[in-house]
This record gives sequence, structure tokens and C-alpha cells, in this order.
Amino acid sequence: MDIFGVPSQALFGQLLIGLINGSFYALLSLGLAVIFGLLNIINFTHGAQYMMGAFVAYFLLNRLGIGYWWALLFAPLIVGATGVIIERTMLSRLYKLDHLYGLLLTFGLALIIQGLFRQQYGSAGLPYQIPDQLQGAQNLGFMFLPNYRAWVIVASLIVCLTTWYVIERTKLGAYLRAATENPSLVQAFGINVPRMVTATYGFGVGLAALAGVMAAPVYQVSPQMGADLIIVVFAVVVIGGMGSILGAILTGFALGIIEGLTKVFYPEASSTVIFIIMAIVLLIRPAGLFGTQK
Amino acid sequence: MAAISMAPAAATLAYQRKVFIFMAAVLALAPLVVYPVFMMKVMCFALFACAFNLLIGYVGLLSFGHAMFFGMASYVSAHAAKVWGLTPELAILCGTAVATALGFVVGSLAIRRLGIYFAMITLALAQMVYFFCLQAPFTGGEDGIQAVPRGHLFGVIDLSKTFSMYLVVLTIFLGGFVFIFRIVHSPFGQVLKAIRENESRAVSLGYDVDKYKLLAFVLSAGLAGLAGATKALVFQLASLTDVHWSMSGEVVLMTLLGGLGTIFGPVVGAAVIITMQNYLAQLGAWVTVVQGVIFVVCVLAFRRGIVGEIAHALRKPL
Repeated sequence: MDIFGVPSQALFGQLLIGLINGSFYALLSLGLAVIFGLLNIINFTHGAQYMMGAFVAYFLLNRLGIGYWWALLFAPLIVGATGVIIERTMLSRLYKLDHLYGLLLTFGLALIIQGLFRQQYGSAGLPYQIPDQLQGAQNLGFMFLPNYRAWVIVASLIVCLTTWYVIERTKLGAYLRAATENPSLVQAFGINVPRMVTATYGFGVGLAALAGVMAAPVYQVSPQMGADLIIVVFAVVVIGGMGSILGAILTGFALGIIEGLTKVFYPEASSTVIFIIMAIVLLIRPAGLFGTQK
Repeated sequence: MAAISMAPAAATLAYQRKVFIFMAAVLALAPLVVYPVFMMKVMCFALFACAFNLLIGYVGLLSFGHAMFFGMASYVSAHAAKVWGLTPELAILCGTAVATALGFVVGSLAIRRLGIYFAMITLALAQMVYFFCLQAPFTGGEDGIQAVPRGHLFGVIDLSKTFSMYLVVLTIFLGGFVFIFRIVHSPFGQVLKAIRENESRAVSLGYDVDKYKLLAFVLSAGLAGLAGATKALVFQLASLTDVHWSMSGEVVLMTLLGGLGTIFGPVVGAAVIITMQNYLAQLGAWVTVVQGVIFVVCVLAFRRGIVGEIAHALRKPL
């Protein structure tokens, strides 16, 4: 069966890859947006922390025999804890300065982390097994859907929507949004804003690590896995605008799908299509699709 | 960012001229003691960093994608010299022109957003240029353009001799430096600084801020291109390294280490970083780690940079 002259197998296959990539874009841009909302810092280390998540999962499995499911819990906690240390010892010194210094600092940290891992493990990828429960695939009639990939899409949707719910619909989220608007006023009401800032950074970093664990079986575990990805995620963030959590999630998935379709219809542009869309969005709506210009 | 109090303008100018003459003398005599190709590399990157500093130091715009101008110009100049057989000055001119045009396109898009967004947009567009260079037929993909002939300047002077090449690079560097120096001290440069300090106020005074920013961006891109085009002839090579985001990071690092918003800082920063890369080259990924550490230390404890600290101690703007 052909659709627009393309075999449906290829079309749905790329659509699936697009959805998988989109899941990671959504998780990562969500973390960036949450951090940016409260800290006003673009976390350049995000890609390195995603990579650390994958490596932690790899170590847990190969050194301690702890499998995928526990890694989903432990890796974000461990990497999130390193994030808390970074926030307390370094980022917290920069809040009074120009926001660009935060970008420069986190860029430097990303170089350090990626350099250390590359020094230790080289540039080649390390394989990570798909957990037994998610081996195999479903025959959907028009295509084969590997169980693990279906799980990644569903899990990332659940995580994204839960985060959205917590931030937009709970009391904790209300504090968070209030502190984004006016931190000193919120502090005057007796809420410990600095601790909330620390926790937010740790949470955002944990999201990146979670994405890293989920990515480990799909892509290989390698020191550079987050370096180029983070630039694409930056473009996703510019397209979506960072004002809205739901916007970050939607834009992430949508761009993943668009990228997948480009691979089918015009493969030459598949690596640049997101940047081209960014340029067009900047021309038409500089604040981003869901953003508000300050 | 790093603001420096305004000393009486004439005295400042005279002082900076003296430092400039000293720098020119050091660069002219350096090949007597230092490997000349190394010095040429330092000058190319110093010009690149000065061009970058024009934007971050005097307009307050952090471009995280300056490698696209540097690398694109280096490809175009290499292609012009090798395939079209142009003389070196025309090849460099071609590279610079393309970088300037690219600067106009990218600048028009990027100045629509401020601050952190500006940095992310330039980074993303530079990544797009990187993928373009990876796929375009004329760039030679992973191999790059190798064995670029240095040719004869104006068809007469043979540049394959290190001495004459050195003089050309020195002239280009000093010319570019003086040009930037003039821009910074011109009325145009004063408006740029006003935009850096308080953009809304500059708007309220009737300045078309976007036009000023765009012109500064185009100038910066063109000068970065000049540096890249020259570099391609010096090393007879244009490769993907020149357009990669890590190159954009390096130029940020050089400028930050030397001192944001100082005239001479980027030159010092470039010299330090290139020297460091030279000595650490065999250590592989450790170079990246050391660069990261310098970034972190500069941001946390050394925001004025080397020249900024010296200027602060001497109480004179450098």
C-alpha cells in the first residue's frame, strides 16, 4: 500500500521514530522550561545530564545488576542530586547577575561532564538491553510496533502530563507559578523560595536523566548523545516559547513528527527542518507559538 | 556586562594607542622566538574573538553561533582559491562577503529576540549552517577542503613562503583590529554602548535600536568571516571543525577569559587558549574538560577576565 507514493511501512516507521524523538524533545524542553521559569537560566548542561541519566542506568545494570525499572527511579534521583549540588554551590551565586552568565556557566559544566565521560569511555556507544517485559513487538496490521517504543511514547506522555498537572493544578504548582511571577512577594508570605528554586532545578535535571534512561535502549549510551540533541531542543524551545508548559510538550511531539515525515518526503532536509521552522516562526511570531513577549 | 568607567576620552585614546603600538611590535617581532604558524593561528583567532567581542562587549548580545561566519567564510575562501583559482586577496574577500551576507540574514532573525533567546537562536541557526556544510557538495563533507593553495598575493607575491604569509596575516589582523577600535570609539559605537546599558532608554532617545544592532551584528559577522577566510589560507584547510558549535564555544571562552568589553582582552584570551590547546593537544578529551573548568572559574570568580582585571588595577580602560 502506498501513501503519496511512499510505501506505508516506511511512512509509519518514520512516523514512529518521529514520535520517539518527539517524546525526548518534549521531556527535555519541558525540563528546560520548568528551570527557566523559576531560575531564569537556560540550562545548557541539560544534554549532559540526559547523557548522565543513560550512563547511570548502564552502571546500575552492569556493575550492580540493578535493572531498567529501578533505574527509571534511581537515575533521576542520583543525577537530580548532582543537579542540587550544582545549584547550591554555583548557580545560586549568579541570580543577581546578567542571565547570560548562567548560560555560560552551564555551558562550561556541560563541557566538563562530556569531556570526562569521553575521556573515560571514548566516543563509541555502549549497548543497553531492552528489559525482558518490553521485548517483542505488536502487529498492528499496517506495521509492527516494537513494545519498547510504544512504552517510551506512553511513559513520556504520562510524565509530561503529570508535570503539567502538578504545576498548573496543585497548590505546590501554584506556589511555583507565583514564585515565577514575583519571588520576593512569595517569600514574604513565608514560603522558602530558595529551597523551591533548588528543588525545581533538581526536578528539571531529574527529568533530563529520566529521558536519558528511556533513551538508553533506543539509542546507544555514549558521551556525546546529549550534545547535539540539546541544540535541537533549544530550537524546539524557541519555537514553542517558554511561557507555557503544555506548549513545550505539544511543540516537542509535533516537531518530532514533522522531522520524521521530512525523513520520508525530503530526507536531505531532515536534520535542518526544525531550524528552518524556527526561522519561520521567528519571522511570523517572534515570541514563539505559545509564548508571550516580555 | 563588564562596564568600565569613562575616563577623559582623549587621554584614554592616547593610552590605548600606546598599548596598540606595543601589541603590534610584539606581534611583528614574535616570529623571531615563536613558531610563526602558531602566531598566525593566534592572530586569526584573536581577530575572530575581537569580532565576537564587538557584539557581546559593546552591544551586550551573546551570539552562540559565531562559528557559522568563521567556518562558512573559511569554506568559501578555500573553494575560491582552490577550485576557482582566485588570488588570495580575492578569495579572502569572497569569504568575507559571504559571511557578511549570512550575518545580515541571521542577524535579521536573531535580533527579534533578546538575551538568552538571542543566544539560543544564533546557536540553532549555526547548527543549521553546520548541517548545510556537512551535506553541500562543495565542502567535501567529512574531509573538508584540503591542500588549499596559498597562491600569489595580487598575482605577484608568493605566499607559500612563511614570511610573506606572516606579513599578510599581521596586516589583516592589525587592520581588522584598528577597524574595530574605530567602531568602538565612533559615535556609532557610543550608541551601541547606550543600547547595552539601557535599551529602552536608547529607544526613547529616538534611536532605531534594531538598525544599530543589525549593523553591529553584520560588522561582527563580516570580521569573523575575515578571520576564518584568512585561517583557511594559512592552514590550507577548511573543515567541519570551523563551523561546529564547539568553535562557537571556544570564541566565547577566549573573549570571556580575556575580558568581555575590553579592547585588548580577546587578543590575550585567544593567545592563552591557543597556547593551552597546543600544549594539551595530546591529552585528547582533557582539553574539553580544561576549557569547561576555565568557563566555570571565569563565570564564578573572574568575570572581568585577564585584561579586565589589569585595567581595573591600573584604573585605565584597556
